[in-house]
Amino acid sequence: MNRDFPFDWQALPQNRKRYVLASLAATVVFLLLLLRLWQLQIISDEYYRTLSEKNRTRYIPIAAQRGRIFDRDGRLLADNRPAFNVTVLRQEVEDPELLLDRLSRFLSVDREELLKRWNAGKRLPRYRPIPLAWDVDRKTLEEIMENAVDLPGVLMETRPVRSFPLGSIAPHFLGYLGEITEKELGLPEFENYRPGDVVGKAGLEKYLEAILCGIDGERRVEVDVKGKSMRILKTQNPQPGNQVFLTLQASLQQVAEQAFDGQAGAAVVINVHSGEILAITSQPTFDPAQFARGLTTSEWRDLQTNPLKPLQNRAISGQYPPGSIFKIVTALAALKAGVATPSTRVTCKGATTVGDHTFRCWKRWGHGPTDLHKALKESCDVWFYKVALDVGIDNIAAMARELGLGSALGLPVGMEKSGLIPDRNWKRKRYGKSWYLGETLNAAIGQGYILTTPLQLATMIAAIANGGTVYRPHIIKHIENNGHQTMQSVEPEILHQAALPAFALDAVREGLEAVVNEPGGTAWRSRLDELPYAGKTGTSQVVKLRDDSRDEKLIPYRFRDHALFAAYAPAQKPEIAVAVVVEHGSHGSSAAAPIAKAIIAHYFGLDKQTPTSQNTTGE
Amino acid sequence: MFDRRLLTHFDWGLLLVVLIIAGLGILNLISVTSSWTTPTAPFSLKQLSWLGGGLVIVSIICAIDYRRLEYLAFFLYAGNLLLLLLVLLIGRTSMGATRWLDLKFFNLQPSELMKIVIIITLACFFSRNEQVRGFAFRDLWMPFTLLALPALLIMKQPDLGTAMIVLMIGASMALFAGIQPATLSGLGLLAGGAATGGWFLLHDYQKQRILTFLNPESDPLGSGYHIIQSKIAVGSGGFWGKGFMKGTQSQLSFLPERHTDFAFSVFAEEWGFFGCVVLLALFLLLVIWGLNVSRQASTRFGMFLAFGVSAMLFFHIVINLGMVIGLLPVVGVPLPLFSYGGTSMITTMTGVGLLLNVSMRRFKF
Repeated sequence: MNRDFPFDWQALPQNRKRYVLASLAATVVFLLLLLRLWQLQIISDEYYRTLSEKNRTRYIPIAAQRGRIFDRDGRLLADNRPAFNVTVLRQEVEDPELLLDRLSRFLSVDREELLKRWNAGKRLPRYRPIPLAWDVDRKTLEEIMENAVDLPGVLMETRPVRSFPLGSIAPHFLGYLGEITEKELGLPEFENYRPGDVVGKAGLEKYLEAILCGIDGERRVEVDVKGKSMRILKTQNPQPGNQVFLTLQASLQQVAEQAFDGQAGAAVVINVHSGEILAITSQPTFDPAQFARGLTTSEWRDLQTNPLKPLQNRAISGQYPPGSIFKIVTALAALKAGVATPSTRVTCKGATTVGDHTFRCWKRWGHGPTDLHKALKESCDVWFYKVALDVGIDNIAAMARELGLGSALGLPVGMEKSGLIPDRNWKRKRYGKSWYLGETLNAAIGQGYILTTPLQLATMIAAIANGGTVYRPHIIKHIENNGHQTMQSVEPEILHQAALPAFALDAVREGLEAVVNEPGGTAWRSRLDELPYAGKTGTSQVVKLRDDSRDEKLIPYRFRDHALFAAYAPAQKPEIAVAVVVEHGSHGSSAAAPIAKAIIAHYFGLDKQTPTSQNTTGE
Repeated sequence: MFDRRLLTHFDWGLLLVVLIIAGLGILNLISVTSSWTTPTAPFSLKQLSWLGGGLVIVSIICAIDYRRLEYLAFFLYAGNLLLLLLVLLIGRTSMGATRWLDLKFFNLQPSELMKIVIIITLACFFSRNEQVRGFAFRDLWMPFTLLALPALLIMKQPDLGTAMIVLMIGASMALFAGIQPATLSGLGLLAGGAATGGWFLLHDYQKQRILTFLNPESDPLGSGYHIIQSKIAVGSGGFWGKGFMKGTQSQLSFLPERHTDFAFSVFAEEWGFFGCVVLLALFLLLVIWGLNVSRQASTRFGMFLAFGVSAMLFFHIVINLGMVIGLLPVVGVPLPLFSYGGTSMITTMTGVGLLLNVSMRRFKF
């Protein structure tokens, strides 16, 4: 075949067809590609758009400022401060070993400990930085910033934590915060919470979680494939939590806390006309700043193993026999029932006998002829033994309940105990046994089965002071939102009105005034000359000791009696009620009354003057 | 001796289409690499210089009458085969494949050269052998051997994409030359059998690619990642696209290999369906233009040459597009004139040069 011959091979009909077919095939294949593009870009457009948005956007939460807590006068008790946490964005770390090595030097934390935290953090979503150290100090912070070049991927995150401008104030009641647990995350009230969030774990922080937590903000950022943030798309600012004003008075609270001077116990101060708690403390206490910073293992172990149990809230969950303070109840029950009058005379010879059992008065040689006034003032047991036998345990128990004893008062900070007021019914149910007369005598002077909390004692003495009204004690005064508008304010709530004959109340109050203000009264040594107040001492036995002419110093601490004191002030037109318990303080008059005195003196502004002369007078 | 007609008949239209596509490619590259910091010249400038180099090659090729290639075909083929053998013996290995010969000042990829040489070789064969009623089995052993030798050597590298392209070019040229219906069906069966048998000869990573293609979601962070991210990029473009330099999938690096094999995904994300239609129309125009050059060729050799080049362009385009929109498995085939890379640009421009060469010498006298 001659290739230079004019070539018209293409002109052949079957070859023309080949070109048409080839062009057609190419066109059809391109149309198929277009069809696929149509499917992806037009039909599934929405779907892929969503996927691409998900690829590039991340939501970074901005923690809301927790609501602040103030005292009744607007003094700041719980504030927030920024804490700096050291975190690491793992995508940017090429050599974790080296990085942890370096960080361990800056943070002075063990390499092994850092490795543990690093591994624990790997469970977090990829874009969430792994926290390695919390609340580092400024010096460490600056060192790390200066060496940022050698620490790739290391970030500083600020997170608000609690601070306490006035120091530790009523930590048992304010409570503390902690990281949310997995169990809590499953509960409906925590549905908007994320792992790593901080929530109230105890006290008001827990009870007011929803009020204090605020609303977290959110930053929508654009990230690249490595999770590195490229720019901020949108920021939604967090809303701080609401402001809570307590009924507490900060300076009074501080006086109450300091008055214990290291002793264990509790003190409660309430306004007798409203039930507002002005001061409430449980001793020994703990430092809430430690909790805010995060407890170390050894700090936690110390709190747990301290024999004085600093975490226990004695003011509402400590249950103590009220001792002689309960004589107020016994007297009111007897007077109301008509089995005794204020002038009923009993001759105290230091003991009384019921059946074959001898019940002693604390004063071995007796008080001699005694009426109600003297019985309260000098705390004569025999007078109350006598009238108790006549009035009976059921009447005494009913009076106790009318005055707010024997049931929880509903303070919303958790762990409140109800105390115990025994009667015949109770004993039958509890032990299946009938009531012994001797037990009535024990109950009459606040021993035996009877248990009360310091809060109940304060509530009871407040009712005596105000004429029989039992107010529900409360600690929250009002709650404001961030625009300073009151959202909620707590009004005094009357639990019930005890029916007390006026003559009985007057007689008892006169006796209580004598306890403090007449020579020979058990609290005479703690009187305030400028301001007569009324009260009743109590001593509750921890163990029965055979010999009552004992030397207190020789008794081991844990066997010493508890010292109690309940008071209201002023004696005329009372304003506040105080209850004090000093564990193993031996005598109400010597250990508890001076604390109440200090509180009352401070409340009425008397502690700036020279202290009252302390005359020594026998009990 | 210069024939003035060569200039008057120069196919400016074809060159224009090529330049428009390459221009869009460079524009796309500017968008892709806008956020990159490279120590050397930007990718778009490098690509521009590759295009310039390609145009130089085009002029050189146009200056030589393509008909001379017919006599050189055997030497080109034998030489290229030798180079492929050399690659297997002393080639440079990178990322698990041995594809390059180190020539000190640049790396030669003989498999890429083979795409052009096989076109010339087969064009030579088919122009000299004509079967009016079509080729039968017994006539095909020669082209089959010519095709199989380089294809096997390339597959051994391994470079499945290029081997497939070479095979497809050869097959389509044979089909164009005409094959008897019985032989055609027989070959079809044979190809099916070979594909089945070939599965067992594939490397693990190649099998993985095919499996992932069938179900990309099975391994979203591993081998399925490319396809998934590419589909997201293309799909999220919508009708009008996200706009130049505004494609989040590409700008934020979610899309891998976005300047080379997946350059079209970036284009689709930023210009949308609208842009895709325009680009596909241009590519189709290029292919049909090539077929037209073939149809008007003054010699049988030129006809097959132009057809072979059109087939090469067509298969590159279709395999690359099919891959990035999830219709075909991921094989490393670049989009001609569009993907970044000197090798692809040189090969394509050599093909374009041949087309222009055949076109400007389409007149018989």
